[in-house]
Amino acid sequence: MRTGNIVQLGIKELRGLFRDPMMLALIVYAFTVSIYTASKAQPETLNQAALAIVDEDNSPAATRIITAFSPPFFTVPRLISQSEMMTRMDAGLDTFALNIPPNFQRDLLARRSPAIQLNVDATRMSQAFTGSGYIQSIVGDEVSEFLSRYRSAAPLPIDLALRARFNPELNKSWFGAINNIISSVTMLSIILTGAALIREREHGTIEHLLVMPVTPFEVMASKIWSMGLVVLVAASVSLIFIVQGLLAVRIGGSVPLFLFGTALYLFATTSMGIFLATSAGTMPQFGLLLMLVLMPLQMLSGATTPRESMPEIIQNIMLAAPNTHFVILAQAILFRGAGLAVVWPQLAALLVIGGILFFLSLRRFRQFLQ
Amino acid sequence: MSDAPNASHPSASAPVIRLEAVGLSYGTTRALDGITLDIPASRMVGLIGPDGVGKSSLLSLVAGGRAIQDGHVHVLDGDMTDAAHRRRTCPQIAYMPQGLGKNLYPTLSMFENVDFFGRLFGHDRREREERIQQLLRDTGLAPFADRPAGKLSGGMKQKLGLCCALIHDPDLLILDEPTTGVDPLSRRQFWELIETIRKDRPGMSVTVATAYMEEAARFDWLVAMDDGRVLATGTPAELLRQTGTDNLDAAFIALLPEEQRRKHREVVIPPRRSDQGGDVAIEAKELTVRFGDFTAVDHLTFRIARGEIFGFLGSNGCGKTTTMKVLTGLLPASEGEARLFGREVDPNDMDVRRRVGYMSQAFSLYSELTVRQNLELHARLFRLAPDTIEERVRDMVERFDLANVIDALPDALPLGVRQRLSLAVAMIHAPDILILDEPTSGVDPVARDGFWQILSDLSRQDNVTIFVSTHFMNEAERCDRISLMHAGKVMISDTPEQIAARRGGGSLEEAFVAYLKDAIAATDTTKTPPTPHIAAAAKTHGAMHGALSFFDPRRMFAYTQREALELKRDPIRATLAILGSLILMFVMGYGINMDVEDLSFAAMDRDDTTISRDYVLQIAGSRYFTELAPITDYDDLDRRMRSGELSLAIEIPPGFGRDVARGSNVQIGAWVDGAMPSRAETVRSYVHAMHATWLAQRARQLYGNAATTGDYQLEVRFLYNPDIRSIVAMAPAVIPILLLIIPAILATLSVVREKELGSIINFYVTPVTRLEFLIGKQLPYVALAMLNFFLLTAFAVFIFRVPFTGSFVAFTSAALLYVIITTAMGLVISSFMTSQIAAIFATALLTMIPATQYSGLVDPVSSLQGAGAVIGRIYPTAHFVTITRGTFSKGLDFGDLSGPFLALIVTIPVLLALGVALLKKQAK
Repeated sequence: MRTGNIVQLGIKELRGLFRDPMMLALIVYAFTVSIYTASKAQPETLNQAALAIVDEDNSPAATRIITAFSPPFFTVPRLISQSEMMTRMDAGLDTFALNIPPNFQRDLLARRSPAIQLNVDATRMSQAFTGSGYIQSIVGDEVSEFLSRYRSAAPLPIDLALRARFNPELNKSWFGAINNIISSVTMLSIILTGAALIREREHGTIEHLLVMPVTPFEVMASKIWSMGLVVLVAASVSLIFIVQGLLAVRIGGSVPLFLFGTALYLFATTSMGIFLATSAGTMPQFGLLLMLVLMPLQMLSGATTPRESMPEIIQNIMLAAPNTHFVILAQAILFRGAGLAVVWPQLAALLVIGGILFFLSLRRFRQFLQ
Repeated sequence: MSDAPNASHPSASAPVIRLEAVGLSYGTTRALDGITLDIPASRMVGLIGPDGVGKSSLLSLVAGGRAIQDGHVHVLDGDMTDAAHRRRTCPQIAYMPQGLGKNLYPTLSMFENVDFFGRLFGHDRREREERIQQLLRDTGLAPFADRPAGKLSGGMKQKLGLCCALIHDPDLLILDEPTTGVDPLSRRQFWELIETIRKDRPGMSVTVATAYMEEAARFDWLVAMDDGRVLATGTPAELLRQTGTDNLDAAFIALLPEEQRRKHREVVIPPRRSDQGGDVAIEAKELTVRFGDFTAVDHLTFRIARGEIFGFLGSNGCGKTTTMKVLTGLLPASEGEARLFGREVDPNDMDVRRRVGYMSQAFSLYSELTVRQNLELHARLFRLAPDTIEERVRDMVERFDLANVIDALPDALPLGVRQRLSLAVAMIHAPDILILDEPTSGVDPVARDGFWQILSDLSRQDNVTIFVSTHFMNEAERCDRISLMHAGKVMISDTPEQIAARRGGGSLEEAFVAYLKDAIAATDTTKTPPTPHIAAAAKTHGAMHGALSFFDPRRMFAYTQREALELKRDPIRATLAILGSLILMFVMGYGINMDVEDLSFAAMDRDDTTISRDYVLQIAGSRYFTELAPITDYDDLDRRMRSGELSLAIEIPPGFGRDVARGSNVQIGAWVDGAMPSRAETVRSYVHAMHATWLAQRARQLYGNAATTGDYQLEVRFLYNPDIRSIVAMAPAVIPILLLIIPAILATLSVVREKELGSIINFYVTPVTRLEFLIGKQLPYVALAMLNFFLLTAFAVFIFRVPFTGSFVAFTSAALLYVIITTAMGLVISSFMTSQIAAIFATALLTMIPATQYSGLVDPVSSLQGAGAVIGRIYPTAHFVTITRGTFSKGLDFGDLSGPFLALIVTIPVLLALGVALLKKQAK
């Protein structure tokens, strides 16, 4: 092994990349515009949940309830008729439809415990639960305040002081931004190394390399460092200027520590890219294989939905994937301000997984060259 | 062809091609400069000249494959800038681009390749079959009709290319270096074929670019070109007379400007010195290489002495390249051994590698690096001392005349210059052995002579051993010894003079052809000699119907059928597309789980009374939370929350039980991990609900049942998904995503691949219109996507048990519209992309993110904001998600879904129009 060769070949990779303006534009897009819009589009917890109200009472009590709903949690409720309700729900226009029955106020004051009906579109899982919780408490507050003018009741004086740590307003855009960086890092590092290798084979240059005094290890290492570096730089710039700067996300922990973790992660993903490239024969096959690997990795890493909710077997399998550890590490450092003492197991896991992937790819790469 | 009677029987005086002040630039390079030229009709016209003088550019302008920048190009009585004229004339022009089989489809069989072209020109089935049979028979290819084009030898590829070109009876046949890289026998057969065709169709004009002067000598009329300009025109005899020379090579050199002429010197190779010694540099003993049951190299034995120039000749595919690859260690030998300097070839032996220079047949340097960068990179990889690199590079640049292209990218260079660069790279480290696989293929005579002079110097002065394969007989004559190979075996090995003498003392070429014919006759007795009567095919003239229309289903289906065949030949791709979707469906259906359960929590119970324990137990007992070891103090709480171990921490203050009993104010503390907002949100609502329940229980214990009846009741009805199963919400929404990403990637690559590998040229020069091309390519992927759709739906209904309540007809119709859209999106993306890497990345970026984030998969579109909201309103996936959820869970039919249906229907023409507008019908 000669470091000189690795450096020279790596520089060659970089030069090649800089000659592809379309690829550069895509990289820039992935780490700037894409991250910005994705995080801006993420609704803030419960945002603009579409609510419609069928008011069959038209009483002050009902009006009180209607006016209690306002943006940003809910849209300004649309007042609709009973007949419109189902068609609008069917068309997916409303997520919630609240039906205030006739004589609601009269029954309320008469202590007849009238029933308000809340219809929830349960195919929209993300809002169905939280939204109905909110609606429940808003209606409850309004009703009890309305009633308090007429009678007094003493609830139990036990408060629940519930606070969210690390992200007190549960600002989803923070989460979205970091998440998108993670997914761009994964996607790009696999594509850059894997596709570059297939391209070399399709153009016959890999054969040319092998008649030179260059070992497969050097070829592979050069691709890993160069493409890893590109992605690392792009991720750092994006984190500092887009996430911290433009999106004003407060980062809890140390950025250098995170970047160190990213570098380890890139070691693993770039090795994986080479592994995939050696498994796929042509570029279209690589494209498909990529999707096949990339999407489960992203979906099951714990970045989109919490790991705890996944079936146990999937949780265990996913421990072998570098994404899982990187997501844990990123969330711990960036949001919870964790230091080395907390995240060292993830760093170690990334190193081990990266090492194994590198070893496997090197073996496959050698066979691939035969 | 009634519309152009003049073109099919032109009078000899009217030129078939008329160029007026034609100019062409690639960036700052001027490829053609003010060319004014009339090319006579019904003749065999040759374009001769060194590489990079603009021959190929000129031919592609004439064929209509490249957009005209300056001047006028009149072909067959019309201006080629006029799109209408191009459409009218392209059925009368046939164009075979440079490069072996560049416009063929490697996975398609010979028959299918020709058939595809027949369809493009609108022949019906019977006619096509008749013509193809005849063409293949006449070219002697009939026995191999089922062999994939990619597995043919170079000569066969070129014959096949000719069949594809001749299928539509062109009036003008344009051939760009058709015999470059083809062995002498095949070359001879190729020209015999052209001769026969011309005899039968005397009206046909043929324009050929060639690097072989002996071929050009047989043409009717020649155009000598240099540096983007015309040097001279006339019959070969006129050119010889004009220059006072006796052969065309010399005539051409005489025509060159003084400055270039000076560079040329007659190649003189001195005899080997006796002191050059007899030690063996390269040795093969009984060397055999097999691929499966095919024997590529069959018990080959030879020895090459140090400093010798050893030539390898043979038909295409006879095992020359394989032998060379074994010697370089690229391929292992199946039997026998190969030695360099007495040491067995070992791919891990870095020292031997440094003593060998190898130049492969195809250009295999980095096209993304400039000439200088390529040289420097290789110098460094071969471990030249850093301080000598600059000088060595300068030396090479001078020797191979690369100074004026030093900062150019190889792709912008003509073939010959690229070959020179390859050789410069192979020699940068001053190797002891040079293994050169057809190094001069496509290189012009002047450059070839220069090249051989270098080889001579290396051999005679530096004692470098040279092992070279070639198709040029005059080069073979310069070797010390040559071997003639056929079908993996050496037929004869001797000095060129001896070989020629043994076959009756004619030229080496004649001897070679004679040996080849003997060998072929011995192995293949079944083959009948071609009986060409191609004119018979020309009788049927129903060919051009539909050629002038804007949309001809036959041409469209030509692309559909070809694309489908390619897909069929690549089962891995089709399987991945289908199996991949199912796997992804499975993973995503389970993975995107909104049922938040088993969240970790721990309590810091600083009261530790029955009441406080009851409170904690209530949370621990729910299925939503799993209790971990109690929190000891605030540091412990902080640490465990930071590491993400705890999603929820509960703190019960001291004296809680007492205060509750007394009814005094008391506060329970709860911390939720906010790092994952959606999870935190769910945790928060769970905790609130449990707190409320606990309070109600307490109240019941204190005040009795009366207190539990609320002031009012809120009846929550979870519609469409009463059990609130995540899978019911997710599975139908995942189908649109999968039907987007995979078909879009396949469609994008189907076009970009053609661009990258060169077969896009067929689209440029045949009558197929942009719409036919796009829809034709799209259809197989629509079919594949629909198959996927049915599988995915079955998977959701039968495996995930998601009830399907609505109209399946409506759902299927929507799916059809949707996959038309997604494949069309792929085609639109493909129009921007030139490399497959960028295409994959762009498609992933432009489909995955909008589909998973802005299309209502998790967050409803109505809740999105900013750009995301805009994307969500127009992105087709969002509409299809509404339809899938509506038909799956809400029991809806066409009538209820008119809005999203309308949106999908409107999107199709918009995307197709965009695709047509962005697609270029000519190269720029």
